[in-house]
Order: sequence, then C-alpha cells, then structure tokens
Amino acid sequence: MSEPLLQVRGLEAWYGESHVLHGVNIDINAGEVVTLLGRNGAGKTSTLRAIMGLTGKRAGSVKFQGKELIAARPDVIARAGIAYCPEERGIFASLNVGENLVLPPEVLLGGLNVPEIHQMFPNLLERARSQGTKLSGGEQQMLAIGRILRTGAKLLLLDEPSEGLAPVIVQQIGATIRALKQRGFTVLLVEQNFRFAQTVADRHYVMDHGTVVDNVPNHELAGAMDRLHQYLGV
Amino acid sequence: MDEIFGIPAPLLFGQLLLGLINGAFYALLSLGLAVIFGMLNVINFSHGAQFMLGAFVAWMLLEWLGIGYWWALLLAPVIVGAFGILLERTMIARLYKLDHLYGLLLTFGLGLIIEGLARNEFGSSGLPYRIPPELTGAWDLGFMFMPVYRGWVVVVAVVMCLATWLVIEKTKIGSYLRAATENPALVQAFGVNVPRMMTLTYGAGVALAAFAGVLAAPIYSVNPQMGSNLIIIVFAVVVIGGMGSILGSVVTGFGLGIVEGLTKVWYPEASSTVIFVVMAIVLLARPAGLFGRS
Repeated sequence: MSEPLLQVRGLEAWYGESHVLHGVNIDINAGEVVTLLGRNGAGKTSTLRAIMGLTGKRAGSVKFQGKELIAARPDVIARAGIAYCPEERGIFASLNVGENLVLPPEVLLGGLNVPEIHQMFPNLLERARSQGTKLSGGEQQMLAIGRILRTGAKLLLLDEPSEGLAPVIVQQIGATIRALKQRGFTVLLVEQNFRFAQTVADRHYVMDHGTVVDNVPNHELAGAMDRLHQYLGV
Repeated sequence: MDEIFGIPAPLLFGQLLLGLINGAFYALLSLGLAVIFGMLNVINFSHGAQFMLGAFVAWMLLEWLGIGYWWALLLAPVIVGAFGILLERTMIARLYKLDHLYGLLLTFGLGLIIEGLARNEFGSSGLPYRIPPELTGAWDLGFMFMPVYRGWVVVVAVVMCLATWLVIEKTKIGSYLRAATENPALVQAFGVNVPRMMTLTYGAGVALAAFAGVLAAPIYSVNPQMGSNLIIIVFAVVVIGGMGSILGSVVTGFGLGIVEGLTKVWYPEASSTVIFVVMAIVLLARPAGLFGRS
C-alpha cells in the first residue's frame, strides 16, 4: 500500500504548561474525507492546530507527502500544501469579502480560480464588497472554505464547518465537501455533528483525552454505534 | 483682506502654515508609529530617536561624504530603516509574547541610549543643514509669503501619507498587513511569513521616521533633542487618532498641527498644552480615539 498523504505519529502538543495531546496517530490517504469525532475537549481542534504548527509546543511526527513537518513554521506547513479553516472561521473584519477570498497566497498549482469558487458559492460574488464579518454565519463559512480552495493545497483541515449553522446550510456545506472530494481534495474534518459527519466521510477517528481511541470506516458505522455513543456520550 | 476675525491676515495665515508644517511632521511620525503598533503591538518609544537619526544621517552624508539632500531623502531612511531591522531582529522580536509594557520600556531605553550617544558625539547645540538650492526662496501668494521649502515639506508629507495609505488599503501586501493585525497566527497558517513581515514593517515605520528627520533637518537645527521634543506630542496625536489607525494618524496629525497654530494666534499661552487638553477630552469621551476601534 502506498504511503499516506498525511501521517501523524505520536503527536503531542502543549498550550503553555497545559499538555493537550498525548500521542495522536492518524493516517490519511490521498482523496479521502476523514473526520475526527469526539466530545468537547477531546483534542480534535488541538490536533488540527498541532498539525498546522499553531500550538505552543509540539512533539512527535507529522509527515505530509513523506516530508517531515514537525519542526516547521505554520507558513512552511501551508506552503507544503496543507490549508486550514479554523473553527471560528477567521474572517477578517478589516477586509471585504473579495479581499478575504483572495488573501491566502497560492502555494501550489492546481487550486480553484475565483470564478470557480463563485460558482460554488454564488453569495460570495453578490456580496464581494461587503465587510467580511457582516456576512451571515453560513456565508462566512462558505468564505472560510472558499478562500483556501484557491491556494492549491491538497489537504484541507476543516474545523467544525457545520457549527451553529441552519440545517439547510449544513446540507450545502456537506454537498460542497463531497464535491471537493470529487475534485481530488483530501479533507480532515473535525465534527461534533455525528449525523453530518456520516454523510460526507470515508472514515472516522474517535478522540478522547487527547488521543485517538478508535478508527471506524463509514461503511461499518452501523455496527459500531454502541461504542461510538459511549465515546461521544450521546 | 487685512483682518480675519480681528486677526491680521498675514499673522493668521503664517500661523496656519506653521501649524501645517508641524502637522506634517506629526502625521509622518504618528503614521510610522501607527503602522508599527498595528502590526507589532509595540509602542515604539524610540521613534523620536529614529527621527533624529534620519536628520543626523543626512547631515553626515552631506558633511562627511558630500552627498546632498536629494540622495539623503533616499539613503537616510534606508540606513536608519536597516538599523531598525537590526534592533527588531536582535531585541524587540523577543518581547512580542509579553505585555506591551516590556516593548515600551525597551524602546524607551533604546531611544535614550541613541539620543545620549548622539549628544556625546555631536553636543547639544545643534548643527546647521542648509536648504537645497532648488527649494530656497519664497512664493508670494498675495496674502502671505510662503517659503518654498515649507510648502515642499507639506506636499511631500501629504504624498507620503497618501502613498502609505494606498499601500495598506489597496495592495496585496497591505491586505496581509491588515489581516495580520487582526490574527497573525491565521495569516501565517495561510502561508505568509509573518515574522519576516513584522521585521519589514518595523523597518518601514522606522524609515518613515528617518524620512521625516531628513525633511526636518533644514527647518530645525540637527540636534540630539529634536526627536524627544516632538515625540511626546506625536504620542498624543496617536492616542487622539486611535492607536494603530492609519487614517486617524494622518487626519489627526495635520488637524492638531492646525489647531496648535490657531491657538498661537488666539491664545498663545495655551499653544503648548492645547494638544494634551484635546487628548484628555478624547480619552474621556472616546477612549479608543477618534478613528480607533474599541
């Protein structure tokens, strides 16, 4: 079997004195959509941030396309081809929608161009001159996802894209993630919305207390419900 | 047109021009401070010393190397800006994760050291720097005589402020700067080398101060105190405009220069304190400043 696109081994991370990840192991193959499930505080967001080098300190191994990135700065990690969409969306108030959309630099060839992104999210074209933070929650999420598609990154790290959104918008985000998979993007998705996760993912990692405790392929989900409910406290 | 509001017109316009000249320096200096504070969150108390260094480098270029005003306008900001980059890389960058106070104390100390060294080397009586021949003389505007060099300073200051504003508001680099002011970690996670951008921003802010120093050299004598005399007023301008606000710095810089000039006409006793009175009122009524975001 070929080497995974992203291989995380024994990843540990700290925020100041607080030790938040205790040896996370993850493999993600090219073209997969994989979710990180878990309760609040399980370490899902910290895992994405640690992969991007955004935690205070980290140890272990993060290999992307075979290249070790554990000691790299966040901008070097981004330029290797990993794009990050944060939980709070990170829309910049001092930039309009159009400026927010083209803010991340193109790090690799093969990203979507702006008309393609507008085709995917027509609202972003209509509101191009509005202040970024004046958009609705759903539009902000579209903008947050749309802007990283331009960069040419091969792996997208999406942190709770369905959080706080109306069901119809969540469906739209789900359709977008499936469309991105069709276009060859690889996605690592943090989710608390279990129902949403199963409509988009190939596999699910379950996290608890800062480490991965289970790995469930989507087609085996029905048989794993009891233990998932136990992990997730549903 | 002999009198306006009971004030002789030449006196009124003369003070207005003086206010505009001072306002030009307030605007240029507070612009550099605003750019540095916005991006680095550092209150650069060595800004006055860097303004003074700009004037001294221009003087040294002329006296020691025979390089005149026009080249000094280019070279002094580059030299002093490079010195600023060295300070940022070796000292200031170590304080970003600490409270504002540490950056303020470090830059305050650096300013005192630079000023002390200049006083030790050149004395405190001031060195003359002549106006370039192309900018000598005065224009007769009908209601007053306008010295060409002073008009030039106002025009250049306006152009520099406009250019800085255009770079920050209308270019890709400016959008990185604005975004990094809000969330530097995320901008870096997009692939932008934010630490390098911070270094260059500090260098650019310092270069702006040095540029203002070269402009000031023929007006004020080149002396070690020229920065510290101005910098307290400039900090008041930044506070009134709103810490980190580019537009606030420019508008407030020119506006307060004019207010100060007019105060000299109507109530000269208050002219040296009027800016601080305005600052106190603004802080009480609108703590984030006139153009700042709370």
